[in-house]
Amino acid sequence: MSQTVILLPLLFQFALAILLLFFWFKVPVQRVLSIAGSALNVAFSAALFVAVWQNGIICHNAGNWQPPFGIVFVADTFSALLVLLTAIAGLAVSVFSAGSVTQKRLKFGYFPIFHFLLLGLTGAFLAGDVFNLYVWFEIIIISSFVLITIGGEKAQMEGAVKYFTLNMLASVMFLTAIAVLYGLTGALNMADLAQKVLLVPNRELVHVSALLFFVAFGIKSAVFPLYFWLPDSYHTPPPAVSAIFAGLLTKVGVYALVRMVTLIFIGDSSLADILAVIAGLTLVAGAAGAMMQTHLRKIFSYLIICHIGYLIGGLSMLTQAGITGLVFYLVHDIVVKTNIFMVAGLIYKIRGANSLKNLGGLYADYPYLSLLLAIPLFSLVGIPPLSGFWPKISLITAGMNTERYVLTGLILFASFATLVVIARVWAEAFWKAAPQLAPREGFEYFDDLTKTRRAFILAPIILLAGVSLYIGLGAENIQALSLRIAGELLDAGPYIKAVLR
Amino acid sequence: MKTIILQTASNYLLPLLLLFSVFILLRGHYLPGGGFVGGLVASIAFVLHAFANGLDKTRTLLRLHPAYFMPAGLAIALLSGLAPMLSALPFMTALWYPTPAPVVGMIGSPLFFDIGVYLVVTGATLTIIFTISETA
Repeated sequence: MSQTVILLPLLFQFALAILLLFFWFKVPVQRVLSIAGSALNVAFSAALFVAVWQNGIICHNAGNWQPPFGIVFVADTFSALLVLLTAIAGLAVSVFSAGSVTQKRLKFGYFPIFHFLLLGLTGAFLAGDVFNLYVWFEIIIISSFVLITIGGEKAQMEGAVKYFTLNMLASVMFLTAIAVLYGLTGALNMADLAQKVLLVPNRELVHVSALLFFVAFGIKSAVFPLYFWLPDSYHTPPPAVSAIFAGLLTKVGVYALVRMVTLIFIGDSSLADILAVIAGLTLVAGAAGAMMQTHLRKIFSYLIICHIGYLIGGLSMLTQAGITGLVFYLVHDIVVKTNIFMVAGLIYKIRGANSLKNLGGLYADYPYLSLLLAIPLFSLVGIPPLSGFWPKISLITAGMNTERYVLTGLILFASFATLVVIARVWAEAFWKAAPQLAPREGFEYFDDLTKTRRAFILAPIILLAGVSLYIGLGAENIQALSLRIAGELLDAGPYIKAVLR
Repeated sequence: MKTIILQTASNYLLPLLLLFSVFILLRGHYLPGGGFVGGLVASIAFVLHAFANGLDKTRTLLRLHPAYFMPAGLAIALLSGLAPMLSALPFMTALWYPTPAPVVGMIGSPLFFDIGVYLVVTGATLTIIFTISETA
């Protein structure tokens, strides 16, 4: 029965989404169920994480079909950690949605679809089979299409069309890559593939398949030059939706890429070189984009792209230190990016404006709140001892050791660029005198909201700020965790043995 | 579209098509068919009824909003997957009742999964078509 712990977060999320569908027309009930369910889901995910931490890799053969033929769910420390982070970010955004999303949007089934999205994410992290991974990706993008278009404003539709087109393209690439790989090896199970791909004589085709996977996941995780859809679409939906997208959707692409590179396409040095070049260009493109923008959420969108560069860069080094940096950065990034988009949402609710030109005076009007908002903003920059600082040490050490000096230089450049961008946001939005704006008709300003709704907006920001403070101040724990994950990722043997037994 | 021929025919076609959809659903385990196709045939039955007699009549016939078919179907499918876990077998293991029932054939948890699919497909199709014909 110990195996079933792996399915708890997955099945619970599914059951919750179904339950919410039954209450389609009763939004207040959905609100309560979603928050209570998300809290419970954090407990289930934590149980899974503890079980994996203590007993090692857990597998579950769905339908009692033995691998490599059946569909298998696998939880190693990396998967379990990401499931836990999804649950935490999901709880925060669920509470934030209850406070910030307008009633008009909530009644179109916002909460059920939100939980289907979380179901897809949890499933993708636990899938031990490439085709099953594809199916979870489909669940993710179908739910995200609904969330991004819910409300149906013109700007939203424009963003959604770009988002839809490129993500569909990525899915087709992904499917083609699976087909090529299946044609070569006759296997879909990841552990089985790990063994069989090494024995394929036709290396060129293996290479083609690896590149197709890379393009597919590259579009999904918004790396250079396929990132254009992200800043065009992430600022259009309600802030709560942007927050969950920013925290998790691009990261699931990175997760899949990490799995492919460390498990299936091992020792492909030319792939590592491509990854390094792409990482460098992504860092520059994201940083440059962030400096050019004035729309608050667009700035943050470009920072997402920029920081994906760190992750891909860490992956390209393929050393213990590099992967450790990647994992640590991923943990930090999920928490902080989710939070920072909620911060952008809060600022929008306070002032009714998104552009830096129209913002200002937040520090004078809300001094305590500003201090709270400083935590996620400066964690993102990585001012020690806040959370963004520690993984960069690992990344830079790894860059020096693997003699990727240009990439290391660009990582430093991107850190400074992030500092400049956040300093500008701080100076413009918080310190500058507030410009006189006419109050907007029919807009729900933060100060006019009921106490409960204000609490719903603030509580998740405080929760995630607390988590990122813990990541920064308890860095040695996260570092130990990342080291263990890096060890597991670099040595695929135990994973294969656990799955194929 | 009100034609007396279609109206009269649809009264006979509705039960016939629904019966046929159940037949397709049941033969689906080893032969072509199954919950998805069965669900489509069932929704066609209701769409034909709506064409002949108007949307409101079909609504009163269905009693429940078709949107509720979806969670009901999903719940049945999920429960059919959870059932084997009660006897410590992995999720979605097929459980079969040893002797076949008359008419229906073998009864087991995959059949209930298929019934779930049938309901989801019917619910989704009808919701889409009803919504479109409301706004059109």
